[in-house]
Parts: sequence; C-alpha cells; structure tokens
Amino acid sequence: MGQISLSAVTKSFGDVNVIPPLDLQINDGEFVVFVGPSGCGKSTLLRLIAGLEDISSGKILIDGKDATDAAPAERGLAMVFQSYALYPHMSVRKNIAFPLKMAKLSQAEQDRKVENAARILNLSNYLDRRPGQLSGGQRQRVAIGRAIVREPAAFLFDEPLSNLDAALRVTMRQEISELHQTLKTTMVYVTHDQVEAMTMADKIVVLNAGRIEQVGSPLELYRSPRNLFVAGFIGSPKMNFITGAEAKKHNCDTLGVRPEHVEVQADGPWTGVVGLAEHLGSDTFLKVNVPGVGDLTVRVSGEMNLHHGDQVTLGPQSGKLYRFDANGMAL
Amino acid sequence: MATEHSRTAARLMVSPAVILLFLWMIVPLGMTIYFSFLRYNLLMPGMESWAGFDNYYYFITQPAFKSALVNTLLLVAGVLLITVFGGIALALLLDQPFRGQGIVRVMVIAPFFVMPTVSALVWKNMFMNPVNGIFAHISKSLGFQPFDFLSHAPLASIILIVAWSWLPFATLILLTALQSLDREQMEAAEMDGANWLNRFIYLTLPHLTRSITVVILIQTIFLLSVFAEILVTTNGGPGTASTNLPFLVYAQSLLNFDVGGGSAGGIIAVILANIVAVFLMRMIGKNLES
Ligand SMILES: Nc1ncnc2c1ncn2[C@@H]1O[C@H](COP(=O)(O)OP(=O)(O)OP(=O)(O)O)[C@@H](O)[C@H]1O
Ligand SMILES: [Mg+2]
Repeated sequence: MGQISLSAVTKSFGDVNVIPPLDLQINDGEFVVFVGPSGCGKSTLLRLIAGLEDISSGKILIDGKDATDAAPAERGLAMVFQSYALYPHMSVRKNIAFPLKMAKLSQAEQDRKVENAARILNLSNYLDRRPGQLSGGQRQRVAIGRAIVREPAAFLFDEPLSNLDAALRVTMRQEISELHQTLKTTMVYVTHDQVEAMTMADKIVVLNAGRIEQVGSPLELYRSPRNLFVAGFIGSPKMNFITGAEAKKHNCDTLGVRPEHVEVQADGPWTGVVGLAEHLGSDTFLKVNVPGVGDLTVRVSGEMNLHHGDQVTLGPQSGKLYRFDANGMAL
Repeated sequence: MATEHSRTAARLMVSPAVILLFLWMIVPLGMTIYFSFLRYNLLMPGMESWAGFDNYYYFITQPAFKSALVNTLLLVAGVLLITVFGGIALALLLDQPFRGQGIVRVMVIAPFFVMPTVSALVWKNMFMNPVNGIFAHISKSLGFQPFDFLSHAPLASIILIVAWSWLPFATLILLTALQSLDREQMEAAEMDGANWLNRFIYLTLPHLTRSITVVILIQTIFLLSVFAEILVTTNGGPGTASTNLPFLVYAQSLLNFDVGGGSAGGIIAVILANIVAVFLMRMIGKNLES
C-alpha cells in the first residue's frame, strides 16, 4: 500500500509562504514526478511528505491514516537524497542494513535482505567497501538499496540523478523505472529535468511557485496543457509563443505552436530568414526570424539542407495550434 | 614549481628559519642535559663538579618523585576526561539553534582567555575558600560544614580549575566539527528509524573522532606541564599531594637550589612526555589519517 493524499497543505518559513494551500492525491503504485523550475518548492513538498519539515497547516493522509504529526520514521516512507546521504563511516553492507538494524531485525534476517537488495542492484561485489570508495552511480545504488530493504509504503526521490553524468543518468533512469515495475511500490520523484519527467512518470505534477499548475499523464500535459506555464515547461525545445496581431487573427491573446508542429510549407503563412541552424543529424533545429511574428524555433528533418540566411516559408500542422487567453489559460 | 632548481632555492630560503628554530630548541636542551650531569647548587656557586648519573638517581629515588609522576598522569587524565565529555555535551547544546547564540558562544569561549594564574586565584579565593568562597556560603546556607577543597582534595580541585580553562578549547573544536556534519545524513538516519541516541552513536560520534583525537593530543601536551595553577593555589601541598613533575622540578631547582637535580628532573619530564606521546599516537593516531 502506498496511498498519499495532501489536503490544503501549506508551508511557510517565517513569513515567506513557500507552499500556498495545495491538494494532491497520489495513488498506490503510481510513479509521480514533481517538476518545476528551481526554487518552486519541489524539495519542500517532498520533505513535507517525508515528515522532515512540519507543515504549517493542512493534513497529510498516508494509506488513509492521518500522518500529519507522525515522525518521519513512523510514516513508512523511504527517501533517496540528492547527495545520497550515505553514512561515510560504515561499509556498504552496514549502510544498507542500517534501517533494519534500527528496526531490531535479527542478524540473519538483516543479512538475507541485504544480500537480496545487493543482488537486485548489482552491488554484491562492493558490500565491504566504504561509500568513499564507490563511483557516483554505485553510491546512488547503495542509497536506493538502503531504501528498498525497508519495504516502504512509498519511495521519495529528490533529484537523485542530478550529480551523475549524462550517460549514467540515462542508465540509472531506466534502472529506477525497472525497479518500479518490479516492486510496484508508489514512487514520488522530484526533478527539474523534463526528459526524466516525461519518460518515467505515470503522473506529472507541474509546480510553479508552490502552486500546482497541472496534474496529468505525460502525454496529457504535452497534448493539452492547461495554461501558458505548463505549455512552455513541457516539451523540448520550448513551445513558440506568438502574441500581437498574429494571435488576434486566431481570436486569442497568445498563440502557441511546438517546434515539431511547424513545417516548411510552400503556401504557409509565415515567411522568414533562418537565423541559426543546429544540425543534430537526425533533426535540425532552425531559429527563423519571421517579421511581425518574431523568432520561431522549428524542428525539421535532418535531410533538409537549410543554413543561416536562407529564406523559408513555414506553416503549422493542422490542429496543432494552442490558444491562450489574456490570463494565460488555454482556450 | 617542482623543478630541481626551484627546490634548491626553496630549501635555501627556508633554511634561516629552520636553523634558528633548531638552535632555539637544541641550545636549552643541550644546556639542561649538561647541567643534569653536574653537581650544581646555587648556594655554592663556582663549585660545580661532574656528578655522572647521581642527579638522576637521587631525583628518581626521592619519595616525592613517585607521587609527582602519579599526580602528573592523574591530572592529565582527569582534565582530559572532563573536557572531552563536557566538550561534547556543550558542543551539542551550542549546536542547537536558539536566541542569543552568538553571545552565548563568546561567553563559553571566554575562560580560555583568562590567564592560568588569574583563574586559579579566582577559584581559590572566590569559590573554594572555606570562609569566604561561594561554595562555602552555599553549603553553610544548606546547613552543611564548608568543605576545604584545596586542603582536603587538592589534586581534584586543581583538576577542576584546569578543566574549567580548557573546556572552551575542546568545546570550540568539537562545535566546529559538529557544524560540518552533513544535515542530509542526519535526516536519512531519522527516516531510517534511528532515534537521537542512535544517531549520536552511529553518525555524530564517528564524525567527531578526528576532532576528539586532536583535542586529546593538543591538550595532553599542555597538561603535562601545568604549573601556574599549582603554584598559586596549593604550592604542591599538602605534602606532595598536588605536586606534579614540573612543580617538582621547580621545587628542586629553585626551592632547594639544586640546579643539577632540577635539570635531571626536566630531562625525565621530557622523556615522560615522549612516552606519553608515543603511547597516544599508537592508540589514537590512526584516527588522524583520513
Ligand atoms: N529552510 C528554509 N528556510 C527558508 N526558506 C526556505 C527554506 N527551505 C527552502 N526555502 C525556500 O523555499 C523555496 C522552495 O525551495 P525548494 O528547496 O523546495 O525548491 P526546489 O523546487 O527544490 O528547487 P531546486 O530545483 O533548486 O532544488 C525557495 O524559495 C527557498 O528559498
Ligand atoms: Mg530541490
């Protein structure tokens, strides 16, 4: 079981209100990702769930039980920290066994669970090393090992991959996803990397200044963002926003179109000059300056041979335009 | 930087300082060793003659020597015990966030700046004095006989005085170490179900071992040569109850005017200090390696 629900939760540090009243439902077995720009309160929200910070008002239920005032250890949640937070004076084995030892399990039981976790995470050969003698990815695995031996109701991850290099990040991302499939335990995962969010999540929670902007599956957020913030945050490269006369033509305040939804069309409405062309091989990203519209980022096929200074005529794919009103809400 | 040429130049540049420091050490040491082999009494100047190992023999066989040796070690051990345990406790307290933290920290450090003679006199006259001291007043108001600390428990009283002035040092070093303890590790342990005591035993204490080692090593060096506190409070007495080796050396050379014997005592004290140092490094020195 691992059902978490927050109702009207707020958090202030002194007189700075970091989380305004917030409601959120996390279902059993779900992989929920919190994304948002730096400083928007993702870590704070996770720490509130973990019990490492006291909430200022509101209620937290875990598996239907009121956990608002429960100590971190009583909530049955396990957390993996960004800095891994391994205990430097203990061997890997002792690190993983620590929560079991605190729960006063028998030595045999501890050994069995540690061996099991080490096998799942490919750590069997490193059990007698100290954390200082491991690579970043191995430390990350130890931290995860320490979390899984407790068989928690839910895992909480706070940007666990941000200290790893790009290649390792991809591998670890897949490993965590596989782990979720094997264990089927609820996972709450904080990141500001939207690729991680899109690839791993069952449900993405987009946060902005402590407020929830939208909750939904990755594709839901991609296909029908509720407002300008979500539209701009989900998708890479960012969605193009067009304002002014061009938007008025479509009866909206802001017109949005994703780079991948703009094509080179002979009779398209936008004609401009290529400012910058980034050739990635498979794709080419063009920055096209269209007079009266502004800079548009466009994704075209890598075969298309366009360069700086070339003139192109562009148009949106039909039905792929997003329209937003003056308040930034989708129409 | 590390070319042959620059290394030679570097050696040349530091050599004056090194030579000066070496002379600074070796001249007094050499003179002390020399005197320790002379029959040299200040009451009979100009009568110095070669004594061989007599000075050492008489210094060691005098009855005061054994008690001085024991007192020296007791003093070091007692003060270390109080300052290490007290220092850990105080550092843990000061590490908590509370109002007026800055001022309280300065106040805790203050005893370290008080000169040994001054602090010993304050303790002797204002606290431990059986007639006027605060402790006497307190025990009288509670209906007890005042306790004459310096005559009935002289060594313990001196240990208390010295520990009072060294406690801030230990606290300061341990507090700095505590502040470098990773907060996320503590939080992880909290989530792992470790209570305060377990977090202290499994995280804080291992983190502090290196600083505790530093505190023990540095304090031992200074505590082996405690002198001022003894001179102004008990004068080594009653009898030899609070005489340590440095005080015995002083008594031998300047109260008995026996410079030869005093020098022999000084050399014995140096040897003792080295034995203690080797012993300590063997025991806890490995904590200093990272
Ligand atoms: N202990 C604290 N005291 C005061 N303000 C705090 C404290 N912790 C966090 N904040 C503030 O709360 C806000 C949210 O912080 P939080 O750490 O949750 O951001 P985040 O979304 O995790 O950002 P990042 O992606 O950079 O980790 C920030 O503006 C931060 O300054
Ligand atoms: Mg954060």
